[in-house]
Amino acid sequence: MGTLSTTAGPARPVSRTQALLNLLRDGDELAHAVTFAFAATILLITILLIYELWINSGLARHKFGFSFFYTSTWDPIFGQFGSWPFIYGTLVTTAVSLTIAVPLGIGAAIFLSELAPPKLSRGLSFIIDLLAAVPSVIYGLLAVFTLVPIMRSDIEPFLKKTLGFLPLFKGPAYGVGFLTAGIVLAVMTVPYIISVSREVLLAVPQDQREASLGLGATRWETTWKVVVSYAGVGIMGSIFLSMARALGETMAVTMVIGNQPKVSASLLSPGYSIAAVIANEYAEAAGNLHLSALTELGLVLLLLTLVLNALARILIIMTARKGSGVQGQ
Amino acid sequence: MTVRTIWRKSLNAVMLSLTGVCALVTVSALFVILGFLAWNGGRSIHWTFFTNLPAPTGEVGGGIANAIVGSAKLLLIAACIGIPIGLIGAIYLAEYAGATWAFFIRYAADLMNGVPSIVIGIFAYSVVVVSMHHFSALAGGFALGVMMIPVILRSCEEFLKSVPRSLREGAMALGASKWRTILTVVVPAASGGIITAILLALARVAGETAPLLFTAFGNQFWSSGLNQPTAALPVVIYNYAMSPYDDLHQQAWAAGLVLLGLVLVTNLLTRMVLGRQTAQGR
Repeated sequence: MGTLSTTAGPARPVSRTQALLNLLRDGDELAHAVTFAFAATILLITILLIYELWINSGLARHKFGFSFFYTSTWDPIFGQFGSWPFIYGTLVTTAVSLTIAVPLGIGAAIFLSELAPPKLSRGLSFIIDLLAAVPSVIYGLLAVFTLVPIMRSDIEPFLKKTLGFLPLFKGPAYGVGFLTAGIVLAVMTVPYIISVSREVLLAVPQDQREASLGLGATRWETTWKVVVSYAGVGIMGSIFLSMARALGETMAVTMVIGNQPKVSASLLSPGYSIAAVIANEYAEAAGNLHLSALTELGLVLLLLTLVLNALARILIIMTARKGSGVQGQ
Repeated sequence: MTVRTIWRKSLNAVMLSLTGVCALVTVSALFVILGFLAWNGGRSIHWTFFTNLPAPTGEVGGGIANAIVGSAKLLLIAACIGIPIGLIGAIYLAEYAGATWAFFIRYAADLMNGVPSIVIGIFAYSVVVVSMHHFSALAGGFALGVMMIPVILRSCEEFLKSVPRSLREGAMALGASKWRTILTVVVPAASGGIITAILLALARVAGETAPLLFTAFGNQFWSSGLNQPTAALPVVIYNYAMSPYDDLHQQAWAAGLVLLGLVLVTNLLTRMVLGRQTAQGR
C-alpha cells in the first residue's frame, strides 16, 4: 500500500494541501487503496481462520500428538481424547453418500445435458438449484420424522433379511445410524454433482458426439464412451466437490447418526461424525483440553475440505481448458 | 438384426431411460420436502405462532416470535459485515486488481466458500465469544457475515465484469475519473445483479444452524440489543425437533415451513428476475 501513495504524489514540489487536493480530485489512487483494503480483508480473515484453529488446538496437539487420530477413547471427564470414532463415522457416512449420489447424479446430469430438450433441461436444473438452497436443518427435520421411522420398520429389516450375511448389515435396526446419515447426505449432495457435471457435459464439443454417432454408435454408447469419458476429469471434480460438502455437513448428520462414538462395521449401527461432535459438545465443553480437542477436529475438517476443494477446482478447470483447446483448433 | 444389434439397442433404451429416472428421482425430492413440510407444518401455524414467546417446557402452545426477530437481527449484522466487504472487494477485483492480488483474493474467497459452516462457528467463537466472554447476537451475526463475504464477492465480480466496455468508455470520454465511472455508471448498471447476489447470500445464511449453536446460542425470551444470546429460526427448529415433546415437534414443522418458505421464495423471485435480465441482455 505504501507504493500506492508514493506514485500518487506529484513530481514537482507543491504544498501539502495542494497535493491532497490533487489526490482527491482524480481520487483514483485513493479509491484503489480503499477497495484494496476491503478486498484484502478476505485474505486476512482466511489467514486468521487457519491461525485461530491452529493456536486454539495447540493444547490437544501437544498432549496427544498423532495418537489423537487412532485412539478411540473420548472421555472429557478424565481428559482422554482420541478421535478415531468420529473420523471413522465421517468417512463411512461420506462413502455411503457417494455410493448413492454419484450414480444418481451422473445419471441425472446425462439426462439433463444429452437427452432432455433445452427448455425441460433448464426447468429441471432450476428445481435442482432450489434443492441445493434448502437449509440442512430442514433435511434433518424431515429425516428425523419421516426417514428414520421408515428405516427402522421397513428398510433396515429388509436389508438384514436379504443381505444380512454381509457384516455391513448386521445388528439391530435402530433407524438412526451410518446408513440413514449417508442417505440424507446423498440427497443433500446430489444437486452439486448434477449442476457441475451438467456444465462439464454441456462443454463437450458437439463434433465429438457427431463423429461417434456417424460411426454407427448408439446414443448410449456415444454418451458413455465418448461424452462422459471426455468430461471424466470434470465429473471427478464435481464428485470431490460434493465429497467436501458431505464431510463438513453438520446439522442433518447430527440429527440422524445416533451420536454414539462407536466404531462398527455394520452400517445399521449408530455412530458419530466430526462435525456432529463439535455441534453437540462445543458449547458445553468441560475445560480447555476438551475445547482444544474439539478445535483440533475442526482443523482436521478444515484441512480435508480445503484439499478436496482445491483438487475439485483444478480438475474442473482442466476439463474446461481441454474443451476450449479442441474447439480452437 | 443380429443378437449383438438387439443387445446394443436394448442397452441403449434401458440406460437412457435410467438416466431419466435419476433426474426424476432427484427433482421429485424437492416436491417431497415441500409436501411433507406443508402437510405437517401447515396444521400448527396460527397467528399466535408468529406473535407469542415460546411456552414454558411441558406446556402446550407458544410461538416463535423471538426467533423470527432474532433471525432478522442476525441477518442485519451479517449484512453489515458481508455486503460492504463483499461488494467493495468485488469492485477491486473487477476494476483495479492486478493479476497477482486478484489470484490470491479469489483463491482465498473460494477457500472460504468451501469451509464447513461449523468451522466458521469455531472461528466466530474464538474471535468474538472468547473476547466478549459470553454468547451474543454479535457473534452469531459475525459468523453469518463471514459466510456471506465470499458468496457476494464472487457473484458481484461476475456482474460487474459483464457491464459492457462501451459504457465505461463513454463515461471516461466525458472526462469522469475512474472511480466516478465505477460509482455512477458501472455499479448502477450492474445493480440488478448485485441485489440478486446479496439476496441469495442472505437466503443462504438465513438457513445456517451450525455456526449459530455456540455463537448466538439461543434464547427462550426476547433478547434486547446485540449483546445477549439470541434465538434464531434454524436453531429453534433443531432444538424442537430433538426435544422429546410432541407439541414441540409440531412447532418444529411449522417453523421449518416458515424458514423454507422464506428461503425458497427469495430464491425463486431473485432467480426469475435474474433470468429475465440475462434474457434481455442477450
